[in-house]
Amino acid sequence: MFGLSRKDTLLLIFVAIITFAAPILMNPFPTESSLAQFNAGYPDLMQRFVIFGIFAIGFNILFGLTGYLSFGHAAFLGAGSYACVWMFKLLGYNILPGIILSVIVSAIFALAIGYISLRRSGIYFSILTLAFAQMSFALAYSVLGTDMFGLKGGLTNGETGLQVYNSDPQIFHSDSAPDLPHLFGIPMRTTEVVQYGAWEFQFNVGFYFCAVVMLIAFYLSIRIFRSPFGLMLRAVKTNQNRLNYTGVNTKPYALAAFVISGMYAGLAGGLLSAMDPLAGAERMQWTASGEVVLMTILGGAGTLIGPVLGAGLIKYFENIFSKINEGILKGWFEFLPDTLGDAVVWVLYFFTGSGWHLTLGLMFMLVVIFLPGGLVEGAGRLFGIGRRKKKTPASKTQAAE
Amino acid sequence: MAILQVRNVSKRFGGLQALNDVNLSVEEGSVHAIIGPNGAGKSTLLNCFVGRLVPDTGTVMFDGKSLLGIKPHEINQAGVSRVFQTPEIFGDLSLLENVMIPSFAKRDGDFKVNWWPRVDTERDVQQHAEDVLQEIGLYEKRFEIAASMSRGDKRRLEMAMCLSQDPKLLLLDEPTAGMSRADTNATIDLLKRLGETRGLTKVIIEHDMHVVFSLADYISVLAQGTVIAENTPELIKGDPRVKEAYLGTEAE
Amino acid sequence: MDLDAILLQVLNGLDKGSAYALIALGLTLIFGTLGVVNFAHGALFMVGAFCAVSLQKLLTISAITIDETKTDFLGNPLKVKTPYVENWFGEAIGQGIIDWSVPLAILLAIPVMLIIGIVMERGLIKHFYKRPHADQILVTFGLAIVIGEIVKASFGATEIQVPAPEPLSRVTDVGALLGMGDINVTYPTWRLVYFAFAMLVIGVIFAFLRFTTFGMVVRAGMADRETVGLLGIDIDRRFTIMFAIAAVVAGLAGVMYVPIKPPSYELGMQFLVISFVVVVVGGMGSLPGAVSAGFLLGILESFASTNWAKEIIPGIDQIIIYVVAILILLTRPRGLMGRKGVMEE
Repeated sequence: MFGLSRKDTLLLIFVAIITFAAPILMNPFPTESSLAQFNAGYPDLMQRFVIFGIFAIGFNILFGLTGYLSFGHAAFLGAGSYACVWMFKLLGYNILPGIILSVIVSAIFALAIGYISLRRSGIYFSILTLAFAQMSFALAYSVLGTDMFGLKGGLTNGETGLQVYNSDPQIFHSDSAPDLPHLFGIPMRTTEVVQYGAWEFQFNVGFYFCAVVMLIAFYLSIRIFRSPFGLMLRAVKTNQNRLNYTGVNTKPYALAAFVISGMYAGLAGGLLSAMDPLAGAERMQWTASGEVVLMTILGGAGTLIGPVLGAGLIKYFENIFSKINEGILKGWFEFLPDTLGDAVVWVLYFFTGSGWHLTLGLMFMLVVIFLPGGLVEGAGRLFGIGRRKKKTPASKTQAAE
Repeated sequence: MAILQVRNVSKRFGGLQALNDVNLSVEEGSVHAIIGPNGAGKSTLLNCFVGRLVPDTGTVMFDGKSLLGIKPHEINQAGVSRVFQTPEIFGDLSLLENVMIPSFAKRDGDFKVNWWPRVDTERDVQQHAEDVLQEIGLYEKRFEIAASMSRGDKRRLEMAMCLSQDPKLLLLDEPTAGMSRADTNATIDLLKRLGETRGLTKVIIEHDMHVVFSLADYISVLAQGTVIAENTPELIKGDPRVKEAYLGTEAE
Repeated sequence: MDLDAILLQVLNGLDKGSAYALIALGLTLIFGTLGVVNFAHGALFMVGAFCAVSLQKLLTISAITIDETKTDFLGNPLKVKTPYVENWFGEAIGQGIIDWSVPLAILLAIPVMLIIGIVMERGLIKHFYKRPHADQILVTFGLAIVIGEIVKASFGATEIQVPAPEPLSRVTDVGALLGMGDINVTYPTWRLVYFAFAMLVIGVIFAFLRFTTFGMVVRAGMADRETVGLLGIDIDRRFTIMFAIAAVVAGLAGVMYVPIKPPSYELGMQFLVISFVVVVVGGMGSLPGAVSAGFLLGILESFASTNWAKEIIPGIDQIIIYVVAILILLTRPRGLMGRKGVMEE
């Protein structure tokens, strides 16, 4: 179906079902129960799942296929965010022009940065991309955020972040259209709350919009993975020298992968702004670049489902871990004797709440040390699939047709 | 007709005259061996054919086009395939994919964002790759990962990758270096068989006299950067200059 | 710009450049000998800085006594805090020790950094020698986050001030120091001390590498790792020691930098990115390259921060280092003093 093999079609359908059912699946605990804090079915959190999923899917096209490790992909996320807010300011709150522009802007940006960075490979490439991203961050934070060309607050509005003001032109804005991001009049913020017994589920327009976009992005990435183009990208990772002597010009292939992944990042950035019309420079910081790397390797670089899985897990844990405070911990360990309970709470407290980054860093290390192939490979090993020889796409029969 | 013409090629590295006024012409359909003791300039000469080095003076013409100063992928697209001393293959990929990549490169040129179709629906390329694997005797193993194979099989795979492009000229850089006697003989047989079925033009850089005399129609002897003799194997064997420069120490 | 202003900017660049140079030196030692890309090196610099913070905190742990003769503003007897060191050594010496806590922290930092370095290399880095550079980058990146967060959990997220010793926290008349009466520039003494200290450390490292057998092996190893391994020299132990030395250098650079920039847990990452750029500009694997690029970029950055430069190109101070790095990598891909084949796939 959709021109995919049977296995890939099933994967796509599976991801689609999970995504569309997320508002239910993510809220397995009744609202009043003590476990409700593990629920993740809130619109803004679920939007993040899918948006960062797009970011990671795109990153995987570069890192997973070609092996080029970019440490500066947040620059494209940020550029996309700014571009989208600018469309809100100039044209109005319909999100389509904004999202289209964020993809275009990040593509141009990625073409320029990629063209230069790809002149070097290995660690030099990583450091160059990191330097470019830090430079973009510094520029967005300072000089591009000062008044220029008669623009108050410049292109990025510096520390405050770019946002929409009443005085902005918004030339296509009509009184009938909502005064916040919308798609042809349907506000992104609209949420249908459904009570079902003790449970409560929130169905949010913005989430479903992002989910559809993610599924399209995922579908396109499967096509790239399975195409001759994707095969060439994997060959770039495996042996560039041989590929050159095979009559293939490797540089444009790597650059194409870089630009495509930059466009995915820009799309994710645009969607972030479409959900919440505010763009700040911190989206370009190296921590954001590091986060997408982690998502990809945690799930499994070079696998299809890995990055989506990694993005979901990281964002889920980020939300849960940072919500847990001392009070909640105390509540959990009440059953322990006082001193022991206090000790446990004291230790766990380092890893939760504002200590979430410690957990993140540890996870990063543990995955790289023990599970370089990510969770997908780990699961494969667990179920004994890993022992079988890796099957290649060409090995499957034509049964799918 | 000469398909590869090397005229007055010289190359210096600092104080070392690596190549000194080398002239060579490779006839279409022939197997031309370039032999010589270590440091004679064989590798330097080969690197001049594939765009890795640009000679200081002289010309290298292939099929009417100059090969100087153009990139490896352009030389391949012009019809020159290369087998390396240690097999260069795509270790992470299956044998079939390894052979499909050069076939795609032959069909689609040096760069094409061909991202919509699926690899396994590109029937023409897949069929072609399977045929070549069949011919070289690796068809049964086509779904195995290349890195997991024996050295001999890796060499055969590399050969299959080159053959799939149907090159006008195949460069072999010490194709049996580091191989056991059995693997060496198997490689010789394979190359002979390919010579009979395909009539490929080959240039072999080789050390091993056994390989050279089994395969070559014509031999150029390189010593200290100069061609000191060139002739058919029978006549080369008896040439006193060659014996002095080379065989004198290594003759069996 | 007149001569005074130029000299002032050079001086400004020297103290930042010293820190860059010291971190880049350690990074290069690790690159060159172990072949490992250490993204946690900035964290080691930060840990050094917190050695100084910890020592100052330790020294000012106080005994509380009640002075019955005085009352505080609520009318209660006044509580007087006296640091134990003052009780033990008398007030004058005790005050002196506390005042000199930053330089004294060097004595604490050396063993602490040695241990951290050895533990890090034996426990983690060692297992990554044969892994791809991407894995090395990722695992040390994770470690950098972990170290930063541990420091944050222990010391809080805000910057902590520790002053330089009082006699060194004034300004020095640089003209007089250089014996040039017509130069009218005064400059904070501690920053001059930092520069001198950095030069001393750099000198010691270079001398160590040049004049000891150990250093000779290390230099040989940097030139050709595989051959040295074949000589049967116990490379492993030397790697550990080299890593520990690099950690100590980064730590010392951090200790002495505390009075210039009050450290917070984010300090490591701020310096790391720039130090990597320094290493790349200097040439991967070249020690003189790392040091000279450190100073060069420090000075360029300081000139770019003048109003004069910012008027010509707004924001130049923020990006100068990156622009220089990109230009150098594109024109001289191996950096200013890099050799062929270092860290290239």
